[in-house]
Amino acid sequence: MTKNILIAGFGGQGVLFTGKFIAYGALIEGKELSWLPSYGPEMRGGTCNCSVIVSDEPVGSPIVNEPDVLIAMNRPSLDKFEDAVVPGGDIYIDSSLVDREVRRTDVNVHYIPATRLSTERGFDGIANMILLGSVIKGSGVIKEETIPAAMSKVVSAKRQNLFDFNIRALALGAEVLE
Amino acid sequence: MAVVFERPHALTDVPMHYCPGCGHGIIHRLVAEAIDSLGIEGKTIGVASVGCSVFSYNYFNTDMVQAAHGRAPAVATGVKRANPENVVFTYQGDGDLAAIGTAETVHAAARGENITIIFVNNAIYGMTGGQMAPTSLPGQITQTSPYGRDVNTVGYPVKVSEMLSQLDGAAYIERVAINNTKNIRAAAKAIKKAFTYQTEGKGFTLIEVVSTCPTNWGLTPEKAMGWLEENMLPYYPLGVYKDKYADKN
Amino acid sequence: MAEKVLMKGNEAIAEAAIAAGCRHYFGYPITPQTEIAAYMAKRMPKIGGVFLQAESEVSAVNMVIGAASAGVRVMTSSSSPGISLKSEGLSYMAGCDLPALIVNVQRGGPGLGGIQPSQSDYFQATRGGGHGDYHMLVLAPNSVQEMAQLTIQGFALAEKYRMPCMLLADGTMGQMMEPVELPDSAPEMAEKPWALTGTGLSRKHNIINSLSLTPDELERWNIDRYARYAKVEADEVMYEEYLTEDADVCVVGYGIAARVARNAVNAARAKGIKAGMFRPITLWPFPKAALNKLATTCRAFISVELSMGQLIEDVELAIRCSRPVTLCNRTGGMIPSPEQVLASIEEAAAKLN
Repeated sequence: MTKNILIAGFGGQGVLFTGKFIAYGALIEGKELSWLPSYGPEMRGGTCNCSVIVSDEPVGSPIVNEPDVLIAMNRPSLDKFEDAVVPGGDIYIDSSLVDREVRRTDVNVHYIPATRLSTERGFDGIANMILLGSVIKGSGVIKEETIPAAMSKVVSAKRQNLFDFNIRALALGAEVLE
Repeated sequence: MAVVFERPHALTDVPMHYCPGCGHGIIHRLVAEAIDSLGIEGKTIGVASVGCSVFSYNYFNTDMVQAAHGRAPAVATGVKRANPENVVFTYQGDGDLAAIGTAETVHAAARGENITIIFVNNAIYGMTGGQMAPTSLPGQITQTSPYGRDVNTVGYPVKVSEMLSQLDGAAYIERVAINNTKNIRAAAKAIKKAFTYQTEGKGFTLIEVVSTCPTNWGLTPEKAMGWLEENMLPYYPLGVYKDKYADKN
Repeated sequence: MAEKVLMKGNEAIAEAAIAAGCRHYFGYPITPQTEIAAYMAKRMPKIGGVFLQAESEVSAVNMVIGAASAGVRVMTSSSSPGISLKSEGLSYMAGCDLPALIVNVQRGGPGLGGIQPSQSDYFQATRGGGHGDYHMLVLAPNSVQEMAQLTIQGFALAEKYRMPCMLLADGTMGQMMEPVELPDSAPEMAEKPWALTGTGLSRKHNIINSLSLTPDELERWNIDRYARYAKVEADEVMYEEYLTEDADVCVVGYGIAARVARNAVNAARAKGIKAGMFRPITLWPFPKAALNKLATTCRAFISVELSMGQLIEDVELAIRCSRPVTLCNRTGGMIPSPEQVLASIEEAAAKLN
């Protein structure tokens, strides 16, 4: 099985971090994987995307042109990548920041009001983790039991508060996925 | 019979290729004598540059590397950073140091790189046959300034010692000359002091030696000394331009 | 080998260099390889090594020359425009028989070009880059694991043959993360009796130099050096073949292009086309003999590259133009898609029938 994931949003929304979390999860599970960021002169605020491939086979091209899973954190990302998603693929949208619906009818769409939830439920700044919680639950790209180990790779165990904070945001994302 | 004149140990017995009356022979000897008197030959590494002194790697008895044009201070930096216990010097002319190698020179000084630069200023490109150097004097006739250096079109000479003395990283900068015995003695003292500073880890040292190029100046060796005194010394005053440790000596 | 960790290609190069015993790094910031410098800046002071940000690419490569002359394992890294500036130093390094590792994480050119991935420095790397008769070893990784492995091998090869070695990557390779295993054993260091360490008054002075004004002497030096290159060509060629045994159409590509080509070969096989891939790992020495042998069975070749047709010349030379070779490329920072490569394979296959 191979999952091609494309994560897109504004710089600063945690696009690369989200991808890294999935990559670490796959590493822990002994899967083959690649993580490739778009890179450019805009350090903050520009558009940003990240290709993550998780597979049982060695990964060929690390560039995701036709995602099985698109995570769109803002409107420009949806506009740019909606058509690229494979038929039958999944689109996860931060519906608080995307003011339109997906036009395609041959894909599974998940509207997650991640940014609104992050403000309402005290998860300021980590809407991406809420969205990621939904993606992990919905796509099964990494197993639920891998989450704590993956988290310890990206958040230092010394910062227990931050660790728990992120774990709870993931749980909330899983919970709100319909 | 008493020995009255001897080759310094830090010089090889390879015959030098320099023209009659050229200052390089004297300056090589001064460097070698400083190395001998400090007993550092076995741990000294020299960096030859491009220009007339390119073959200095054959003349100094120390380990030697020959650098690309202008790059000697960068090469010396690499050598020194690899083996900080070694004493590292470059031997560069004016075109090499003050034109094509300006960046390397300025930044080695700014870093306070613990190396010694012997900078020979004879106001002309020697090896390529007498072209205008960054240190050629206003009005000086050379192959590429046949009507005399016109400061309105090609600007003014670079006063290296004055310029580098403004940098906090430079520890010791002195300009000396080889036109008479007194000045040669002062030059010997300055070169030895520069090497001493390096062995004490005091940082960047540069000795600018005002020298002659009779061949490309079109003068006899004797007249060249006169030209140096009348034209170069007024433009390039001798003296200590920077000595961070002057009070502590 | 230690456990697998997730690293960016650029970081893997830096960590592998440290594992290889490199304790001297001289560089200058340029996208997309700056992570190497940043990594070294952080790590070197903690392990007694030297990191120095030079005033220019030119100075950086000359510092490498100085440190290599002094006998230590040393490296620099840059990206295309920076490598042009370093080319003078590469020529001197070759002329002085100095070993060092030079990393080029290629970006689009010519001129300032762009910052996206490219392979358009192929000619520059494989033909030496600077002036004069010389070669560099050129290694082309296509995964983060190979970024690490070839870094370690690069130092060893450079020292074995006393010549500069270039690791030729691209922006994708530098920026991507993949699992990587680094060796945990210390490497062997070569003896370097030629190095400048000070005579200690116990030996004749060592001279490191590329100058000879005597033509017959300089000719002899060059002939000797090329005898060494012939040994490298005989003993150090590396390549990978994928599904080439029965292939009618063979895609040739290195680095990121080979990653894309592999997808396309799989897609072509799924459609019943006998496609294969040949991936040179050493770009110099180029695996001429292996590719020429492949041309006895394989009837068409496609050069997949992120450049305007550079690798293709070596493919044609290697097989002595005995089979048709077509170009499948993007440039300027664009990367061919697997679909584009598949279309080229289909086109080539169609012409065979």
